[in-house]
Amino acid sequence: MYEGAVQNLIDELGRLPGVGPKSAQRLAFHLLAAETADVKRLVNALVEVKERVRFCAICGNVAEESECRICRDARRDAAVICVVEESKDVVAIERTREFRGRYHVLGGAISPIEGVGPDDLRIKELMTRLSDGQVTELILATDPNLEGEATATYLARLVKPMGLKVTRLASGLPVGGDLEYADEVTLGRAFEGRRSLEF
Amino acid sequence: MYVSHLQLADYRSYESVNLELEPGISTFVGPNGQGKTNLVEAIGYVASLGSHRVATDTPLVRKGAERAVVRAAITKDGQRAVIELEINPGKANRARLNRAPVTRPREVLGFLRTVLFAPEDLALVKGDPGERRRFLDELLVARAPRFSGVRSDYDRVLKQRNALLKSASAQFFKRREPDLATLDVWNDHLATAGAELLSARLELVAELQPLAAKSYSELTTSGGPPVLQYRSSAAPDESDLPADRARLADLLREALAEVRAQELQRGVSLVGPHRDDLVLSLDDLPAKGYASQGESWSCALALRLAGFELLRSDGDDPVLILDDVFAELDAERRRRLAEHVRHAEQVLVSAAVAEDIPGELRGARFRVQEGAVERE
Ligand SMILES: Nc1ncnc2c1ncn2[C@@H]1O[C@H](COP(=O)(O)OP(=O)(O)OP(=O)(O)O)[C@@H](O)[C@H]1O
Ligand SMILES: [Mg+2]
Ligand SMILES: [Zn+2]
Repeated sequence: MYEGAVQNLIDELGRLPGVGPKSAQRLAFHLLAAETADVKRLVNALVEVKERVRFCAICGNVAEESECRICRDARRDAAVICVVEESKDVVAIERTREFRGRYHVLGGAISPIEGVGPDDLRIKELMTRLSDGQVTELILATDPNLEGEATATYLARLVKPMGLKVTRLASGLPVGGDLEYADEVTLGRAFEGRRSLEF
Repeated sequence: MYVSHLQLADYRSYESVNLELEPGISTFVGPNGQGKTNLVEAIGYVASLGSHRVATDTPLVRKGAERAVVRAAITKDGQRAVIELEINPGKANRARLNRAPVTRPREVLGFLRTVLFAPEDLALVKGDPGERRRFLDELLVARAPRFSGVRSDYDRVLKQRNALLKSASAQFFKRREPDLATLDVWNDHLATAGAELLSARLELVAELQPLAAKSYSELTTSGGPPVLQYRSSAAPDESDLPADRARLADLLREALAEVRAQELQRGVSLVGPHRDDLVLSLDDLPAKGYASQGESWSCALALRLAGFELLRSDGDDPVLILDDVFAELDAERRRRLAEHVRHAEQVLVSAAVAEDIPGELRGARFRVQEGAVERE
């Protein structure tokens, strides 16, 4: 244990995902040794991201205004919605330049172990978007792991009465992996080969 | 295949050991508690990424050390592969294949196959169903490493489903409407993953049956031969189990629907391969609870030998490990067992007393004492 402020910083850093106690300590001492100006820049970036960045009222993606760049872009096809778990997945798919439709960010995947059920995800919002009849295809691009598959199955069943075309990204994606780590080529080809989900 | 080199660092009682091995028979002799089992356990670990004695990795790391390293060279058809495993309890283990790191330790499965006989094997007959399920699943993985993935997928589904049932049953007892919107989804996943495991186990049992009967009759004339019956939690009668995987999945789905109320009350999954058993009988009586000590031993050995014959029929001989089993057997069965195994490509035998090892199994002799292994 260190004295007040240092330990405080270590504790806070340790709360970040992927940062264990050892890394937290290393980061804390790195910050202690850094120039004040550098630390101020980091602080500003943190504060700014909380003040300026919001979640898009339509799709749930990160946005600097009430709606995100993609939702405001009239050239994007409003008939196709691609459902992803996180905003970072939007970035990954945008990189492939294969997709010209719109997104819906769920904010996670169904996982009872972590206490995440359908009500904890932006599923109601998705159903509202689908209700106006403008959307004809739903692409389920949740992660290719168990929780992602379960979420896709759940959604496919839920929207079945609406008679939409529902597709799932083709495999070829590393199973058990995270969508964001798939390279452009793999992800792009997975988009090409997406298949219908039958339930 | 055979293990041509074994190196341990901070594994169990070994600070460091370096061992050249040859095909054929090797014996390891030394007083109790000197590290014989530790040595062969390490070889088994390279083959299955698990110990036959403990469920977790912590006891495998030498007291006071942070991690253990097991390195084994395996020679197969004149080709040599070097597998190195770093065991880090509480953290991710790491593996290297021919010095190159692999993404997941699982990728080195399949390079070494072993069949290990140990005093604990008696539990195959006398122990809980979990012992027999583990026997079947380990054999599946040894035959086709992809089953390690099938197994862990199933375990993951089970964990998720149990978590859902648990929270639902908590709500149920508070007289609140349980949130079951996703239960059908988990049923689907359990049925699909479960059917894959179930159909593989059923096929395996069918293949094991004649081999186990033959091995048993070669070991002893008392009782038997053993009859193997897979008992599924989804179907009370074995003959109701379809061979087809899609139909097995349907069967699991139906069985889950039937136990739904009970599951909600108890908060656990009551149907699936994790609740199944392999029932062993001798002369129409269940071996568990009826068979004599000697018959139980013969039955356990026959199962292991059947596993060995099955792996052998797939292509090449697995490494046979006989840890301290002769002390449990009478002279006649010692001789018969020795006769059965001595022609395998590599046989590693351990005993506290050299006289317990039948004459048929003479070979390279190693002395194990106080954490050191010396060739005699
Ligand atoms: N993690 C560990 N760290 C240090 N020592 C350990 C560890 N695990 C086991 N041991 C020691 O290893 C010894 C047991 O070794 P092992 O089981 O290989 O004996 P053995 O030679 O097979 O004996 P037996 O003839 O009784 O079967 C015990 O003395 C035990 O205390
Ligand atoms: Mg021993
Ligand atoms: Zn948006």
